[in-house]
Amino acid sequence: MIPEIGHFALVLALVIALVQSVFPILGTVTNNAQWVAMAKPTARAQLLFMSIAFACLVISFLDSDFSVRYVANNSNTLMPTIYKVSAVWGAHEGSLLLWGLILSVWAALVSIFSKGISAVMLARVLSVMGMIGVGFLLFMLLTSNPFERLFPIPAEGRTLNPLLQDPGLAIHPPMLYMGYVGFSVAFAFAIAAMLGGKLDAAWARWARPWTNVAWVFLTIGIALGSWWAYYELGWGGWWFWDPVENASLMPWLVGTALIHSLAVSEKRAAFKSWTVLLAIFAFSLSLLGTFLVRSGVLTSVHAFASDPERGLFILIFLVLVVGSSLVLYAIRAPKLRSTGTFSVISREVGLLVNNVVLVAMTATVLLGTLYPLFIDALGMGKISVGPPYFNTLSLPLGIVLFSAMGFGLFLRWKKDKPERLFAKVRWVLLLALIIAFLVPILFMESFTVKAALGVFLASWVSLTALLWVQEQGRSPFKLPLAIWGAAIAHIGMAVTVAGISLTSMYSVEKDVRLDKGETYEMAGYLFAFNGVEKVQGPNYIAQRGEIVITRKGEAIATLHPEKRNYGQGTMPMTEAGIDGGFFRDLFVALGEPLGEQAWSLRLYHKPVVNWIWLGAALMSLGGFLAAFDKRYRMVRRRSQKLTPKQSDALAATATKQEVTA
Amino acid sequence: MKKGAIIPLVIFAVLVAFLAIGLGLKPREVPSPFIDKAVPEFSLPKLMQEGQTISPADLKGQVWMLNVFASWCVSCRAEHEVLSRFIRTEKVPVLGLNYKDEPSDAKKWLAALGNPYQHIAVDYDGKAGIDLGVYGVPETFVVDKKGIIRHKVTGPVYEETVRDTLLPLILKLREEQG
Repeated sequence: MIPEIGHFALVLALVIALVQSVFPILGTVTNNAQWVAMAKPTARAQLLFMSIAFACLVISFLDSDFSVRYVANNSNTLMPTIYKVSAVWGAHEGSLLLWGLILSVWAALVSIFSKGISAVMLARVLSVMGMIGVGFLLFMLLTSNPFERLFPIPAEGRTLNPLLQDPGLAIHPPMLYMGYVGFSVAFAFAIAAMLGGKLDAAWARWARPWTNVAWVFLTIGIALGSWWAYYELGWGGWWFWDPVENASLMPWLVGTALIHSLAVSEKRAAFKSWTVLLAIFAFSLSLLGTFLVRSGVLTSVHAFASDPERGLFILIFLVLVVGSSLVLYAIRAPKLRSTGTFSVISREVGLLVNNVVLVAMTATVLLGTLYPLFIDALGMGKISVGPPYFNTLSLPLGIVLFSAMGFGLFLRWKKDKPERLFAKVRWVLLLALIIAFLVPILFMESFTVKAALGVFLASWVSLTALLWVQEQGRSPFKLPLAIWGAAIAHIGMAVTVAGISLTSMYSVEKDVRLDKGETYEMAGYLFAFNGVEKVQGPNYIAQRGEIVITRKGEAIATLHPEKRNYGQGTMPMTEAGIDGGFFRDLFVALGEPLGEQAWSLRLYHKPVVNWIWLGAALMSLGGFLAAFDKRYRMVRRRSQKLTPKQSDALAATATKQEVTA
Repeated sequence: MKKGAIIPLVIFAVLVAFLAIGLGLKPREVPSPFIDKAVPEFSLPKLMQEGQTISPADLKGQVWMLNVFASWCVSCRAEHEVLSRFIRTEKVPVLGLNYKDEPSDAKKWLAALGNPYQHIAVDYDGKAGIDLGVYGVPETFVVDKKGIIRHKVTGPVYEETVRDTLLPLILKLREEQG
């Protein structure tokens, strides 16, 4: 019964989405205020029915209702409750349902926090979001229905991919989707603004907090995924340039560019068409990511359950969404005139550098990700593009970006003098250089240019951010949140850069064979292997090793790396033993048994690796603070003072204006 | 600027064309140059019977499989149960190629999991593996009555592989003239 309710709720959601995508926008054309007013209630009803559908699937999982094919394929009675819930989005059908649910959450939020937006604009925005919803609901109902029944009903289900049975990964997809789908808001605003033919500062101001929040979720999602890969895959890496990782990185890069470009559009009325294009790209790349993950076009460790038929559907959807928005762009953009003028040294140009570099990075990643496909499609063979390509190209781009980041904060709008700028930052520049030389010499075993460069850029970016906060000349408690947000996000980026460069330069990694009772010394630590024992987990059997780590006779940590077997023909999973810290991680992974008591072990000493994710946390905090700056709330409060009648009148005149325009 | 506005659309169209072609491709299937070629000749010591050797010529005249495995290979453990059941029920003669492995480890591994192989050849230094173009373990080759390789499975054999590929192929090959 419950699966049928869920299925029915999905069908109703589709019908509502159709109404939401047709009537409000038609209303703006035919000047029908009632149709325009349908935007809000339909968006909220959409959320209601998507929630019902999602709840039904969760209940089916909690009940272990194996008459539902999707439940039977991805869960069994032995799984802990948390993984029964996370199994809901552990595979294709449920991921789509989550995607749709999150889309409706964003649309409902837009409908609630829309007090400063004209009814016409809102109708267009919500209609565009409704159209995206129609696409995803059709996709779900036609090719990937999560509520499909299974007969005969199996007594026991299969299991969730053991890789996904992990707390970090349980929340990674929802975060990532909040980010991906969140960009649909900026996208919808951009399309709505283009439809209206008016790309003024207002649309940029509306889109800014939404873009920030989406970007924050995406940052958290990517960081969680990378952190998970680090401790779960068992070989100490944290980024693999895998197509699916790249698929999440590209919207992030463009989203970062969009955040900065929106600032120019709002404050200086420049970069108008460029900003619109970035908003389209950010969401298009999110859709492309979905296509790449779900179609099996590229080989990837992540390509769970890929299927060309579904791929075709997403491709058609992609063509409709991106194609039509780019056509609209091609029609509208030539008429847009950016009114703001600026000279070569100005904040506009600083942000332009930011945008150009970030887009170049995105293009690099896109090309590298799709290159195997291009070559294969041209019949020139099968190749794969590896980390050397990505690392080689992103390094120089990163250097340009981070150098500009420090100056950018101090640049004035319109026109600035290089002398003024240099006078401001010269002490910081000197200090950053000193730190860059001292850190590798004092704290690391050797000096390398690359590490010094990384430390220099990190210190430069973070010190300029601090100087900038201090320069504001106000008490830190009275500063606008946007200032804090920008500074903290920049410092977060610096922390991540420092983490990446020091970890990649100074990590020590050893594959050793140890007998029970043997020891191995590495990076000043003594690793003693106390053998392996069998342990029974809730739904797996594990080989658990014990390694006692000491330093100069002093106990540091006892680690228990595991190899887990979840049965049912799944691959054994590695659970690394990690002693984490602010300055270093000690990381031990079990390899293979090599005889009676001996095992191959992989030992790592990774300095400041946690800074990579700490930085991401700071970036998220910064983005979040900036999204809640007073400026955005002011708009809302001002319009709240209007009586309902007034705001209706306002909406009506707005409709007329837009239509006559 | 006027003409420039159409550039994103053009780039997107090219991208879509490639993605559409990509849907019809199968990136995971790396073609083996050994398909439809004779099994390379080798003569290797047997794992279980010391002093004896085995070569593909010994299996000529029947449809058989060659399975590359090693005790150090995790995926081999994963495919072992499926593969063993298939071998047992269909009575397919299988030559196991113990690839770059310590014979003592291999024996222990087989003792623990069961030995489905008719013959096991020890390829200690991996030379036969090179001749077969092995680039990952496990790999499974299907050889017809004339000693020609007809199919290759890269990676572990799953239930689906048996049902959709191996079983129909073996039945078909058995019908063919030797």
